[in-house]
Amino acid sequence: MKAPLSWLRDFVEIDMPVARLAHLVTMAGMEVEEIRIIGLPLPEPGSTTAHVSGLAWDREKIVAAEVTEVMPHPNADRLVLCRLFDGKEDHIVLTGAPNLYEFKGIGLLTPPLKVAYAKEGAQLYDGHQEGNVLTTLKRTKIRGVESYSMICSEKELGISDEHEGIMFLDPAVAAGTPLVDILGDAVLDVNLLPSFARCASILGLAREIAAITGKALTTPKFTPPPEIGSAAYATLEITDPQLNPRFVLGLIRDVQIQASPLHVQHRLKLAGMRPINNMVDATNYAMLELGEPLHAFDYDVLQKRAGGKPVKIITRTARNGETLVTLDNIDRKLDENTILVCDEAGILSLAGVMGGLESEVTDTTRNILLEGATWNMINIRRTARAQNLPSEASYRFTRGVHPAMAETGVRRGLDLMKLWANGTPDALLVDAYPQPKSAPVVEITPTDVKRWLGLDLNVLTIAELLARLEFKIEVSGDTVRAACPDHRMDIGEGITGKADLIEEVARIHGYDNIPETRMADILPLQQGNPQLLHTERTRDLLVALGLQEIISYRWTTPEKEGRRLPKTAAGDDKPYLRIANPLAYEKAFLRHSVLASLLDTAERNSRHAARLAFFEIGPVFLHSEDPSGLPDELQRLSILLAGQRSLQGWQKADTGAMDFFDLKGIIEDLLEGLDIPDVDFQLSDHLGFHPGKCATVRAGGKQLGVIGEIHPAVRERYDWGDTFKSPILAADLDMDLLLSLVPELTRTRDVPSFPAVIEDLAIVLDETIPAVESEKLIRQVGGKLLAELHLFDVFRGGQIGSGKKSLAYRLTYQAPDRTLTDNEVSQVRNRIIKRLDQELGAKLRS
Amino acid sequence: MSGLSILDELEQIATSAASELDTLESEEALLAWRNAYFGKNALVVKAFSLLGTLPPAERPLVGQAANRAKVALEAAYTQRAQALKEAALARSLAGESLDITLPGRPVQRGRLHPDTQILRELLDIFSDMGFQVFQSREVETDEYNFQLLNFPVGHPARDMQDTYFMDVADRGDNPLVLRTHTSPGQIRVMREISSLNPVDPPPVRVIVPGMVYRYEQVDVRHETQFDQLEGLAVGEGITFSDLKGTLTDMARRLFGPDARTRFRASYFPFTEPSAEFDIQCFQCKGAGCGVCGGGWLEIGGSGMVHPNVLRNGGYDPGRFTGFAFGFGVQRIAMLRYGINDIRYFWDNDLRFLEQF
Repeated sequence: MKAPLSWLRDFVEIDMPVARLAHLVTMAGMEVEEIRIIGLPLPEPGSTTAHVSGLAWDREKIVAAEVTEVMPHPNADRLVLCRLFDGKEDHIVLTGAPNLYEFKGIGLLTPPLKVAYAKEGAQLYDGHQEGNVLTTLKRTKIRGVESYSMICSEKELGISDEHEGIMFLDPAVAAGTPLVDILGDAVLDVNLLPSFARCASILGLAREIAAITGKALTTPKFTPPPEIGSAAYATLEITDPQLNPRFVLGLIRDVQIQASPLHVQHRLKLAGMRPINNMVDATNYAMLELGEPLHAFDYDVLQKRAGGKPVKIITRTARNGETLVTLDNIDRKLDENTILVCDEAGILSLAGVMGGLESEVTDTTRNILLEGATWNMINIRRTARAQNLPSEASYRFTRGVHPAMAETGVRRGLDLMKLWANGTPDALLVDAYPQPKSAPVVEITPTDVKRWLGLDLNVLTIAELLARLEFKIEVSGDTVRAACPDHRMDIGEGITGKADLIEEVARIHGYDNIPETRMADILPLQQGNPQLLHTERTRDLLVALGLQEIISYRWTTPEKEGRRLPKTAAGDDKPYLRIANPLAYEKAFLRHSVLASLLDTAERNSRHAARLAFFEIGPVFLHSEDPSGLPDELQRLSILLAGQRSLQGWQKADTGAMDFFDLKGIIEDLLEGLDIPDVDFQLSDHLGFHPGKCATVRAGGKQLGVIGEIHPAVRERYDWGDTFKSPILAADLDMDLLLSLVPELTRTRDVPSFPAVIEDLAIVLDETIPAVESEKLIRQVGGKLLAELHLFDVFRGGQIGSGKKSLAYRLTYQAPDRTLTDNEVSQVRNRIIKRLDQELGAKLRS
Repeated sequence: MSGLSILDELEQIATSAASELDTLESEEALLAWRNAYFGKNALVVKAFSLLGTLPPAERPLVGQAANRAKVALEAAYTQRAQALKEAALARSLAGESLDITLPGRPVQRGRLHPDTQILRELLDIFSDMGFQVFQSREVETDEYNFQLLNFPVGHPARDMQDTYFMDVADRGDNPLVLRTHTSPGQIRVMREISSLNPVDPPPVRVIVPGMVYRYEQVDVRHETQFDQLEGLAVGEGITFSDLKGTLTDMARRLFGPDARTRFRASYFPFTEPSAEFDIQCFQCKGAGCGVCGGGWLEIGGSGMVHPNVLRNGGYDPGRFTGFAFGFGVQRIAMLRYGINDIRYFWDNDLRFLEQF
């Protein structure tokens, strides 16, 4: 909504700098996005958060002047020389403005033309360049004639983009008057939130400004209005009052269609609308001023369509397949949500959105039927969207216009048409208002204000604040009874109405004037959140283990995620959740795999990192059978390792590539850190993983997930550049299950106080026997006295013999209550050796 | 030998041995010196066995002199030996000097994502004020994301939140959406807590962190997926002034004791009164600078919970009031860490992540 300051001043006194006004309006909920300066001094930098644009006019160098004669240029047909008086002296000024050609060579002009005149050194916008480029007027010679000043176009002054011709001023202005005193202005561009629909008009904004600044509001005065009655010129039929609450018609006869007065055209341009003719301009002017969009029909066309019968206007929804050629000459297909204004011969216009071509006002129109109506905002919104027709009218109707405005709007429109086109309004308005809207009446008390805002206001202050917004107020005792004024639709009844009024009280009183307090209300029951606690603990453990946390986009494509499986695999057989309106195909599907996100991340980073070690905890999205229709959002923990084990410094380091056991070590440490008991790893075959280097991780008999090396054929599906050769290790775990396995309480072992006996034991056994078997057996036989068992070497080849391996363990024997004797230890050792031999065929390594 | 000649000789030896000691520079020489002056044939040792050959009157004199010489030489020896040891250590240390300007050995340090780091700080701040964390789902129904939050079907307020819709079989007026805000969590948490005692529902004080989605073109300042933090307090004595105080406390914790907040009237369907809240720019203290523009940083939205929303959550708006707020977590992280481009967050470039 663009509001020129000069227009606002029709209704309210504004006695502060425009930056201050913009600040107050913004703080009250109507964000001023831009201040466009027309000639006035520019606001101080930093004085406003709004964007500032526009041009300040020098008082001395840019003035009103009169052109007394337009003479041909001796050397150029398309240039003219103007004899111009700037209030002090005469000048000859050169211009190429086509709108002066008609005055060329006709001698002295009476009355003279009033124009905007810029002198040497004036700052203007360059009329010949795109956009607004500042330039300073310099002395020069054009086709042999000296030029040091100019007659300005609107573009050069920053008023509009109009550069075809020069701008004419009101004939009444005196030559020599600084232009800023005549046309200086500022336009506030206000971003209106849906609840501020009432401010989508100059009067609406002026009302808020009056309330915020405590000034009086001057309500517009119309010439004596026509009466509502039963007129002969037209009848009305509303089919559905829910869709069309009110429809008002007025008639004006014998209008003279021509251009609107200059000051009207000027205002419309500042407000962002293009002047057309005095009839169209009257409807637009009334809409901008009051917020009620109007529509003008050529009454003679309607009469012709009625074929001698009285004109009857009918509103209804479209039937499937109906079409209308709108005034932009497009044949539009209509759907059943579209509300139409019709007569008995057919469709006239898309209600609230755009008129039809046939009944449009033209230069030859004599009599005008003027429509002011209100419409269901949801239907108008659908139609404006479906037809891709955003307009000033639909902007207002989709936010809601009060039915009372239909009548006010028509009165104002007729008033302006009479004034600008000498028409004669009919004495009667036709009105259909089947279910008049009653004004909500809400009661509030200082107690309510205190309860909601924590602010002490007395009953009279509350009453006064609401009265500033034109609520009709009655005060009895401690209660303010406020009746909603006729221009707003955002005030509810009962408790909602109370909240609505409290917001108004807070806004007009000023949010800044509400105190800051700490909550005094009772503290709710405080509870633990193990889910959060253990998730954060998991993050901390993984970070302590040297991993970088990452967070990925939740969207992907089946093709992108499919890369985590071999090319020959059938792919992910579960259906994806798909976004109906994605920004791009690449962002259209919700992921099934966090591991896939990690692989993508690894691929991107492999170009510039020698070591990749990261994890992500986050959801995957899977269809579910839940009756709500909502998908399952399952938390996964995925880890990826690849590249150098240690970063290369200048010293010798372990620069080997990470392998399965680096990953397994991290998983073991993590699970131990979370105190999850009964963890085991089983060799298993998972799609996408190396069949010999992949394990299922289980805890307490439940499958936590899979860890292993990514299958070389899967690795190949990603682009690792030329230098990154290492295998990719990955873990994909069920985070929800992991969290459920974390015990609530744990037990800490005492620190031993008796000495330990430490022995090494090297055994040779068949390669096919997993190491975990001998370890389990040693622990089982060692019992309580075996405090620690540590595998410190695995050896193959040499004297061990093929098909065999040697495992070297360090055993720590210790008792909590005594020093062990050699005899006790050797008994245990012998039992271990015997059982290893008996059960696993393992021999002591000699 | 006579007693006198022994005395002379002892004196001479004591002097010469001591000065000889001072010239010695090695362990070996030291050992040879010791053998020479404390060996079997050395006079300081032999003198004692010679005492018997001396007249009794001379014996004490010679004995005392021999003892003095021995003690003196022992002390000189210990001192010299210590000096040599110290010199040797000094020489050895001098040879071990490092170029301490060489870089340290690289360590594989893990790091939390900056979003997690700032979120933890925020959770701490609110947890100190009694807010507990409640987590809520990311794919939502239109009902929870909009309708129960007072956005009726077709309401223009829906234009304020450009929405991703899920492509699922026709659900009429209740399609599935990617949540556009964490506010559906308000309804879910109020329903959960009020259901504990529908007649006399307990108060609520929670924060709801989580990922939200807007159908919006991505640029330096706008993301289509971002992390939001929602706050909700419902009780019988919760006021707008409490909302102001709570967010000002947050600002102080984040940006220092002088931090100030500003509340601008605004509109959200699920709060009334509604307010945008700004924090005074910590760079320029409100004067206006490159970080803020006009002296204030726009942070988020807030307001008193709308009566319809309280009712939808199981709380009688005639008895209970509540406040709610929400803001982008990345916005805070960008201010705190001086991050220029919001697109870095989920891009996962290690060169960005490793700076935290």
